[in-house]
Amino acid sequence: MLKIWSMKQQQQAASAAEGGQKKKKVTAAQLRAQKDLSELSLPPTIRMHMPDPEDILNFTLTIEPDEGMYKCGSFNFTFAINSNFPHEPPKVKCTQKIYHPNIDLDGNVCLNILREDWKPVLNLNAVIVGLQFLFLEPNPSDPLNKEAAEDLRLTRENFKRNVKNSMNGGYVKNVQFERVLK
Amino acid sequence: MRTMTPKCKRHSSMILKSCKLHKFVLAYTRGANNSGAGGLGCEILKNLALSGFKDIHVIDMDTIDVSNLNRQFLFRASDVGKPKATVAASFVMSRVKDVTITPYYGAIQDKDQEYYMQFKLVICGLDSVEARRWINATLVDMVDIDNPESLKPLIDGGTEGFKGQSRVILPTLTSCYECSLDMLTPQTAVPLCTLATIPRQPAHCVEWASILEWPRVFEDKKLDNDDPEHVQWIYEQALHRAQEFNISGVTYSLTQGVIKNIIPAIASTNAIIAASCCNEALKIATGANPYLNNYMMYIGNEGVYTHTFEHEKKDDCPVCGNLATDFAVDPEWTLEEFIDRLKEQPEVQIKKPTLVTERRRLYYQGPPQLNEQTRPNLEKKMRDLVDNREEIAITDPGLPFSLRLNVIFS
Ligand SMILES: [Zn+2]
Repeated sequence: MLKIWSMKQQQQAASAAEGGQKKKKVTAAQLRAQKDLSELSLPPTIRMHMPDPEDILNFTLTIEPDEGMYKCGSFNFTFAINSNFPHEPPKVKCTQKIYHPNIDLDGNVCLNILREDWKPVLNLNAVIVGLQFLFLEPNPSDPLNKEAAEDLRLTRENFKRNVKNSMNGGYVKNVQFERVLK
Repeated sequence: MRTMTPKCKRHSSMILKSCKLHKFVLAYTRGANNSGAGGLGCEILKNLALSGFKDIHVIDMDTIDVSNLNRQFLFRASDVGKPKATVAASFVMSRVKDVTITPYYGAIQDKDQEYYMQFKLVICGLDSVEARRWINATLVDMVDIDNPESLKPLIDGGTEGFKGQSRVILPTLTSCYECSLDMLTPQTAVPLCTLATIPRQPAHCVEWASILEWPRVFEDKKLDNDDPEHVQWIYEQALHRAQEFNISGVTYSLTQGVIKNIIPAIASTNAIIAASCCNEALKIATGANPYLNNYMMYIGNEGVYTHTFEHEKKDDCPVCGNLATDFAVDPEWTLEEFIDRLKEQPEVQIKKPTLVTERRRLYYQGPPQLNEQTRPNLEKKMRDLVDNREEIAITDPGLPFSLRLNVIFS
């Protein structure tokens, strides 16, 4: 009985091999990233670039706000999507040293949907919109750069000046920032 | 009970002799009273062997740590440092007659479909969502409509403190792991700004050290949770920060627990869940009694409560909701012609499809860089882009998720 069963199996394996072996499949994480990427609707203020076009899971994003305090700046972020997407959010980092209450000097970003409020139903578009919003409405109540947050809370005008200065590659409180003007 | 028992037993052991049974253990078990799947794995292996399963393969990528010894009862002090799979296999074989256990020290992802095809059943006590998604997708993908043996029931167990669950998945027939992924309670994460500015708990200090401080200091070096020197460094930074903020309770083992994301496990919860998984395995293998349909949760942290319900299969599940269907393709068509045929299909609403195979992207609607890069493919002939029987995966704004087609050259 056992013999028959295993013979049957071998026969089936053989016929499967004849029909060409089974090709690998696209993973659910990749498919989801594909769907999100191909259906992105980016405004003209945002550009996306893949350093390695073969790798859609790692890309950079450039945001150039056309209004607000960060107008005229050009801000770069790296996105890294892992194989557990969308169960896990993409990892996003700013690659420049910028003066922003919600982005620290190492490029870490405090955006709720990138961490505590991430849900698999959210997509890359939501994350990108969220990032852009940070430049329109920097939020002093979620500080990652404490000094910048305090600055914004105390005097908006002073903060504005400091932002301008930092974007020009100048110093704010003894820290030099990267020139990010486009 | 009647006289069913002995008859059933004989029946089962007869069948079981002919089945290979397979289970996984993946463990990350450090620190006092913490256990991941390693504890579950020991229980499952012991139960399977004692239930009469004769041929079992066990996969585990971890080695034995001294802190495992308090509840992973197949291991002794002299085993510390050895692979869990190997030690567990030889221990159970030395105690249970006539059982063959083949260990594999490595990851479940190291093995291919051909390997999994040899088994009757797969039982998992995995420690991560990622590993579960992988084995689930693999088993769904293996199902071949012309070969009933290709359907491998998957039994999945998991515990978290006094809570646990077991689940039976009949790939492609019943709800799969991916179908209910959205229902998983996401890990509770603390906002980054809390970690950066106002830590309140010892765990916040550890997370600050591992998420923010480590990458700042060691820019390109990845934090290795298994490297004692790395853990020590995190511990010291966290301790220092805790003192700054007047927080007490940062210890080395807490540090380990936080960075490895260890959920405290309780040996007896593991025993309960392992017992449930193994009973389902026995019922499925022998057909003796109806099996779990399809999800059982055990809640022991507020009194005791168990509940069984049926997870529903999701029509648009990216893994089991859209099994590849055959699609006749003239190898002389261009990709553009192929896309036009797709749009003509009345049963699917395809308007702006993006198409890929596992090895190459065929056409991307966006973003602009990928669109430009793949646009020349539209002119190319199908025979130059895909092989016969190759699968094309399609996403489209009009599709809830995706569509998979097997190219059949005509
Ligand atoms: Zn599914």
